[in-house]
Amino acid sequence: MNNIIEIKNLHTCFGNLVIHENLNLAIKQGEILALIGGSGAGKSTLLREMVLLEKPVSGSIWILEQDILNLTDELWLRRHCGVMFQSGALFSSLTVAENIALPLREHTELSEKLIAEIVALKIALVQLPNQTGQLYPSQLSGGMVKRVALARALALDPQIIFLDEPTAGLDPIGAAALDELIINLKQLLGLTIVMVTHDLDSLRQVTDRIAVLADKQVVAVQSFEMLLKFEHQWVQNYFHGVRGKRFR
Amino acid sequence: MLGSCLRITPQSNIPMSNSQQPLELKQTTLHCRGVWCIQHLAAIEQLQAPFSAQQIEFIDGHDIENLDTAGAWLLYSLQPQAQFIHFKPEHLALIELIKNTPLSLNKSLGKPLFLEKMGRQTIAQIQQFFAFLSFIGEASLSFLYFLLNPQQFRWNALFSNIYAAGVTALPIVGLMAFLMGVVLAYQGGTQLQLYGANLFIVDLVGITLLRELAPLLTAVIVAGRSGSAYTAQIGTMQMTQELDALKTIGIPPMALLVLPKVLALIIVLPLLSAFADILSILGSMLIAKIALDVSAIDFMTRFPEVIGVNHYLIGLGKAPVFAAIIALVGCFRGFQVTGSADSVGQQTTLSVVQAIFLVIVADAIFSMLFNWLGI
Repeated sequence: MNNIIEIKNLHTCFGNLVIHENLNLAIKQGEILALIGGSGAGKSTLLREMVLLEKPVSGSIWILEQDILNLTDELWLRRHCGVMFQSGALFSSLTVAENIALPLREHTELSEKLIAEIVALKIALVQLPNQTGQLYPSQLSGGMVKRVALARALALDPQIIFLDEPTAGLDPIGAAALDELIINLKQLLGLTIVMVTHDLDSLRQVTDRIAVLADKQVVAVQSFEMLLKFEHQWVQNYFHGVRGKRFR
Repeated sequence: MLGSCLRITPQSNIPMSNSQQPLELKQTTLHCRGVWCIQHLAAIEQLQAPFSAQQIEFIDGHDIENLDTAGAWLLYSLQPQAQFIHFKPEHLALIELIKNTPLSLNKSLGKPLFLEKMGRQTIAQIQQFFAFLSFIGEASLSFLYFLLNPQQFRWNALFSNIYAAGVTALPIVGLMAFLMGVVLAYQGGTQLQLYGANLFIVDLVGITLLRELAPLLTAVIVAGRSGSAYTAQIGTMQMTQELDALKTIGIPPMALLVLPKVLALIIVLPLLSAFADILSILGSMLIAKIALDVSAIDFMTRFPEVIGVNHYLIGLGKAPVFAAIIALVGCFRGFQVTGSADSVGQQTTLSVVQAIFLVIVADAIFSMLFNWLGI
């Protein structure tokens, strides 16, 4: 298995506050990796750095064997990575279909007919009814917003998808359905998925490996079962707190 | 890995083998080659048009290097009935995925027809009109309620609105009125000078400013300043569900947000108009002295002789009506905001445009009415 993403010696500061210090992480091709950590541990910051929304102080991030911090063509990264934000971040003035079509229009010269067909295909892939395309984001339920955001992230058939708390704010049934969809899409499309999540069910169901951010570093990258036995104060609290008890 | 394109090379433009086209038809077998990924599809899409009409029984994917969902869709849509042969297993899996995805294409990205658009807009306009009527009705009922129970009225909200819409508007309204007086006296004065009728500048500015221009332009400024603010405030509260929260706590938005605003503006706009009257006349006086040689004393002596107090009162009397229009339209538009950020912008624009339009319509009706009454 190749490493599709490699983060080496990453340092991040906000003013005097050190977020990451000498952080290393390797993500394999075709796996679903979750980032967990206490609030303020820098999970979301790390995710944002991987998609160039924030810059680290030093260190390097390699995605698909490219040093993305010194990229001449930033659009290259945009074509290979899809991002789904926590609140969906759908453009409220565009319909669902137009939201999904936007990356296609920006990055390809396909005909309108083919774009419409690909959009319909993506909507079907995330298991939404086709009529959803004409709705505006304000007309969607929370679960639908997440699915549309996922469809937009998939628009350009990227190899890597970043998900920021995909199941946050969903009911258990909706969250489980989204988990299943993520697993299915990963298998069907051969995606590599990096996600930040706090949903313990999601962690157990979906992820291949879990990276734990604590003490400004990645202290462990292991499967769910292995992490349950991992000797680290924060990890122990996390999995063996009231909510984690049922997994023991 | 399955399906997705392996584009690990820095330049994603993997050149297709030059001598060979990505599509080639041999008898009833269509041979496909190269990279069928979304970045390359534009070129392939151009080539595929002639093939869709031909008879294709087999599609051979032996030489396809990479395939993604978009490419698989294009292949599949070429000839859905064809047999897909010699595909790599991961590519075949993608085509199977597309085959099994229920896809009902409708004209989701198409534009509606002209007549349909017109019909929809007409209905929307009629609905808006009735919604506005019912909004006014609701506001009136609420007003009636507080007339009977004044101790429950939110006086704090009223006073803070009076401050925001009135006191803080003084500098801009004053400046505008002063400049308006200057411009009117200057433009009118040069015409009067031709006939040596310099002193008649008092009649000219007195009637125009007091009766028409000062109240009207004050209303326009207030519509731009406060009407838009009302829409944006209520609209944003609508978006963030603050209005719903108010309702669940038991505070009707009408009582907290609408009535204080409407009443505040009804109180404040006549006062602002009077302020504008004073400063615009001052501006005219200045120009009368500088450009027309009419001294301040002459101006002041003539003013009460030729300008009846009725002009002043008519001007002031229109202001509360303008105020009600501006505040009601502003609040109504705020409640019309639906979920999106875009909607706040649209409704705020509409609020200002409609308020100013309705104010001018009301002014025209007043003019006709007073003309008919002979005052």
